[in-house]
Amino acid sequence: MTKGNKTMADFKFPKSPTGIEGLDVITNGGIPKNRPTLLLGNTGCGKTIMAMEFLINGIVTFNEPAVFMAFEEQTDELVLNVKSLGFDLAKHVANNKIYLEHVKISKNEMVDTGKYDIEGLFVRLGRAIDKVKAKRVVLDSLDTLFYSLDYQTLRMEFKRLLSWLKERKVTAIITAEIGDSFLTRHGLEEYVVDCVIALDNRVTNQISTRRLRIIKYRGSLHGNNEYPFLVDEKGITVLPVIPEAFDQKSNTKRISSGIENLDEMLGKKGFYAGSSILISGTAGTGKTSVAASFAYSVCKAKKTCLFAAFEEAPNQIIRNMRSIGINLDPLVKSGILTFYYSRPTLQNLELHFIAIRKIIDKIKPTVVVLDPITNLMTEGPNSDIRSMLTRFVDFLKTQQITVMFTAAITVGSIERNPSDEGISSMVDTWMMVQDIEVDAQRTRSLCVMKSRGMVHSTDVRRFKISNKGIALLPIMIDTEEPRSVSKRSTREHENLSTSKESIGLKETAR
Amino acid sequence: MSTKSVSKLKAKRALNGKREKYILKLFVAGISPNSIRAIENINVICEEHLKGKYELEVIDIYQQPSLALKEEIITIPVLIKKFPLPEARLIGDLSDAKIVLKELRLG
Repeated sequence: MTKGNKTMADFKFPKSPTGIEGLDVITNGGIPKNRPTLLLGNTGCGKTIMAMEFLINGIVTFNEPAVFMAFEEQTDELVLNVKSLGFDLAKHVANNKIYLEHVKISKNEMVDTGKYDIEGLFVRLGRAIDKVKAKRVVLDSLDTLFYSLDYQTLRMEFKRLLSWLKERKVTAIITAEIGDSFLTRHGLEEYVVDCVIALDNRVTNQISTRRLRIIKYRGSLHGNNEYPFLVDEKGITVLPVIPEAFDQKSNTKRISSGIENLDEMLGKKGFYAGSSILISGTAGTGKTSVAASFAYSVCKAKKTCLFAAFEEAPNQIIRNMRSIGINLDPLVKSGILTFYYSRPTLQNLELHFIAIRKIIDKIKPTVVVLDPITNLMTEGPNSDIRSMLTRFVDFLKTQQITVMFTAAITVGSIERNPSDEGISSMVDTWMMVQDIEVDAQRTRSLCVMKSRGMVHSTDVRRFKISNKGIALLPIMIDTEEPRSVSKRSTREHENLSTSKESIGLKETAR
Repeated sequence: MSTKSVSKLKAKRALNGKREKYILKLFVAGISPNSIRAIENINVICEEHLKGKYELEVIDIYQQPSLALKEEIITIPVLIKKFPLPEARLIGDLSDAKIVLKELRLG
């Protein structure tokens, strides 16, 4: 007990960073150093790529040479396959930084004549490790290797392999398939490995999403959720949620909305810098115009802005906004305003967010506009979208980026569910643009539904879009007398006249 | 033992026709129990069935790890019959003499 307590208190679990974006955040610093980690997943989940990226990052970033034992692919195939992900394996091989070895497994050429083990593999592995003085090792995949062994040998040799790897003091990733494998069927990984990571590729609404989950991490805290991840031309990106939210800073700086009267409504100063803003409203109420004028004012203040459009193409937005006196074209040309445009159905949600995130990393904008997020709602179930948005907002907050979403809602849903599938609860400022009827006229209106941390106006303002931009005016500006009185008097008058008429009608009927 | 003499005859016949020797390679890992058993077993089999008609090379992969790669060795011990063709691999400590003889076409 005392011994245990002592180690518990003083021991900091040594970890080997994978260098894979997001994964090190979830694992609190990487996979167990000098120990084997099991990477599970079905075919096509990205096991090999993830394992390979772990090695390449080890070489490039941490100066740790690597060994890759391929049981499935030939080494030249492997070099070719990962080339599309930007990994120049051939160069590292030439520099003696990585050693690739294909291990041919051919069950049918072999006959069992008695007891055996896989010492041959150990010898080859040992030789490979010595060759490049490897600190990182990948065995891909275990199923292929163990397919040729009987169960008894398998069990024994798997344990021996793990302790052998520990003895050699290498950080190893062993890949294996879920379900179809001997391994999981017999629950081997449950008790013999310190860290188990599972990958999964799920298809919902015809869009596939890759997910990662840490099943087990002995002796370390880790994120428990499923995290979406992406494989693109630059390798793997995992999108974590919780850890980033921890180091959010709240900002007291303010940023103008670009509409003078709107700033006035928001405690006379505008939004908080680094906050999230939602503009919701029915179609044609001017959401994009509000967003564009915000972007315009940000750019005019010489700060960069990213405008992510999911509905209209950028040149259409530029044309339309010119008609209301907002000229975005020169801003785009000078590079201060960047457009990201993609149809939501083109790719899955994660891909959109990660693509946007990559642009953010590049241009470091002060403001990000997403117009509209409701178009993304068509992609995947709503709960997914919400969690994605939460992650994204968290990310932006840690970067101190102000984000403005627009959300299109249908007329009926305002009464039923005005909160846009719960998005409004996660934003700091929520504004609603609406068509209302004033004196038998349809009028655009804007009101601030909520704005955290500031005194904001509760007025419903008339929202006027002209060729000079957007202006907010009091609703009753056109009428001489106060609106409530005029409305009531006209109504009373109407009521009186109709009642009189009806009485008259009744009398004539008699 | 009639079966043994028959198999001996068969082997002799096969060898006489070609006047070639059996070429066998046994890969072992140091002095592990399986390896030692395998060496003992193959010596007995060869002496009984192939006396004077075989070349047996015992290779310790600890001493020659590069040969393990060259011959695609994973499981140990393993006996590779290089000649007569086709090449055959027998994994394990060769304690099942029946299978060994069958695979070496001596049974």
